[in-house]
Amino acid sequence: MTAPLIRLVDIRKQYESSDAPPVLVLHGISLEIAVGDFVCLMGQSGSGKSTLMNILGCLDTPTSGQYFLGGEAIAGMSSDRLAALRNKKLGFVFQGFNLLKRMSAVDNVALPLIYAGIARSDALTQARVQLELMGLGALNDRLPNQLSGGQQQRVAIARALVMKPSVLLADEPTGNLDTATSNEIMSLIGRLNRDQGITVILVTHEPDIARFGKRLVRLKDGCVVFDGAVDEGLA
Amino acid sequence: MKTPQVIEEAFRALSTNRLRTSLTMLGVIIGVCAVVIMLAVGRGTQSMVNQTISSMGSNLLVVFPGSQTSGGVRFGAGAAQTLTVADASAIESVSGVLRVAPLVMRSFQLAYGNTNWSAMVTGVTPDYFPLRSWDAEEGDTFSENDLRSYARVAVIGKTTSRQLFGDESPVGKTLRIRNLPFTVIGILSVKGQSLDGRDQDDAVFIPLTTARQQLIRSTFPGSISMMLVQAKSAETMAEAESAVTDLLRVRHRIGPSQENDFTIRNLTAIAETAAIAAAAMALLLGAIAGVSLLVGGIGIMNIMLVSVTERTREIGIRMAIGARQRDIMRQFLIEAVVICLAGGFIGATLAIFAAWGIAAITGLLVEISMLSIALAFGFSAAIGIFFGWYPAAKASRLKPVDALRVE
Repeated sequence: MTAPLIRLVDIRKQYESSDAPPVLVLHGISLEIAVGDFVCLMGQSGSGKSTLMNILGCLDTPTSGQYFLGGEAIAGMSSDRLAALRNKKLGFVFQGFNLLKRMSAVDNVALPLIYAGIARSDALTQARVQLELMGLGALNDRLPNQLSGGQQQRVAIARALVMKPSVLLADEPTGNLDTATSNEIMSLIGRLNRDQGITVILVTHEPDIARFGKRLVRLKDGCVVFDGAVDEGLA
Repeated sequence: MKTPQVIEEAFRALSTNRLRTSLTMLGVIIGVCAVVIMLAVGRGTQSMVNQTISSMGSNLLVVFPGSQTSGGVRFGAGAAQTLTVADASAIESVSGVLRVAPLVMRSFQLAYGNTNWSAMVTGVTPDYFPLRSWDAEEGDTFSENDLRSYARVAVIGKTTSRQLFGDESPVGKTLRIRNLPFTVIGILSVKGQSLDGRDQDDAVFIPLTTARQQLIRSTFPGSISMMLVQAKSAETMAEAESAVTDLLRVRHRIGPSQENDFTIRNLTAIAETAAIAAAAMALLLGAIAGVSLLVGGIGIMNIMLVSVTERTREIGIRMAIGARQRDIMRQFLIEAVVICLAGGFIGATLAIFAAWGIAAITGLLVEISMLSIALAFGFSAAIGIFFGWYPAAKASRLKPVDALRVE
């Protein structure tokens, strides 16, 4: 068996606050995720799934524990190296789409390339190709508020994929979408996982959405309470 | 992200909120405009003072006769007729003295044809003109020969010429001073106002000998109204002043305990005072303008801080897709600098027009220097960096997860 893409060892996260006692959100989570896996993180609000997601996405740092991404230890990395990781290895899709409002679809998609130091004209060309792949070729120059929710989310996925990351992190990507559009988006993510071998980690609280995945990790009060095949977990 | 792209991003961000950007810029525009104009006015004033000073002639000492007491009545300074032509020629040989110009003066009614005019008539020696670096614009000044021959010749100033002769050329014409005919042999170039605001061009100069014999008679032989002494250089001024004092005390037989019967005034010292006052005014104007620039800068900081707070989520998104701290920092810093430089450019342009306007309306000398424009530009860039730094640093230090959480 090959080395796992992601390895978490005893990850703890504690939130400090000046006017309240510290809150331990993650109680020592250990997890391995292999290349090409499709993991659904489930759990009630407050179970720590978003916190875990943020740590996986290098947006937040754990209080203690070890995180290896592609064999590299994340702990102690400089903020610049973390930024480079987010740029090159990780792609994010959020519930609220998180597109930059003032920019056209193609500019949004080109932004990670520009942050990677690619010349603007090349970045725009690549971004157009990526949007075309998402079936959005005709909407290149629209601003986000001129797009439907499903279109916005597809632009966001295009932006997440444009750097060809090894992991796609999706935090309730269908939370703001109707059922039909949700299914559309989920099939898209499923295809990306199946056809292009992109590792997907998805946070959701809807079993219907989780069914698109392969593996289910259920959190409760900061601990993993289930880790196995989706079919078993939802049964 | 490379710098040109950051600049492009900054322009994009600024152009999406045009009203706010232009209002922020307004602070810098006013500041830079004020600095450039104030510096220009200050410089203009300084060079006006300097012109007036150099129009007096350089390194001048003025020697006046002292006061006189007659029957218990004390007359003011200059009343005594203690200075003589002989004093003047004695002073010529004092070391450190370049030229001496004794003169007598009195106001007379002048006439030409059917016009008349009143002006100060001054009897001088030919040395007077080079001493005051005053040339004839037309014709010539008079010579030693004219002086020796008691010639009735006159050199007149521009104002007097206009008043008496209108547009005619006066050279070769005869004007009458208290009914005595004098041939005009030259017109002097324009000198402008003196330090006390007198029009120096309203004047008639005739040979000292002629004046003393025929116009300004005195019971005291050889007495003169005053004399101008020009030192060889600025450094020899003090030395010349004390040498002239010593010489005159000896010549006038003034005992050690007695006061001088003459007064020596150092014109350069007066001029220097005026120059210092002008420089102080320029500095003050600059400082006031600087304050408005500072206020403009604080306006920028204010808006940038608001902008950072408002765009926290945007910063979070940018960080999530790979922006490094320094990318965020640069973005905000460049936005601030762009505002400042654009404001500086507009402000400097406005200042150039305003300076023309001020010069045209008030007649003040307004000198815009490239240095002051460069200074304003450098200053506005510096203000952009200085006041943009804190908001930019604040933006870049946000943790991505916290920035994303903000709605």
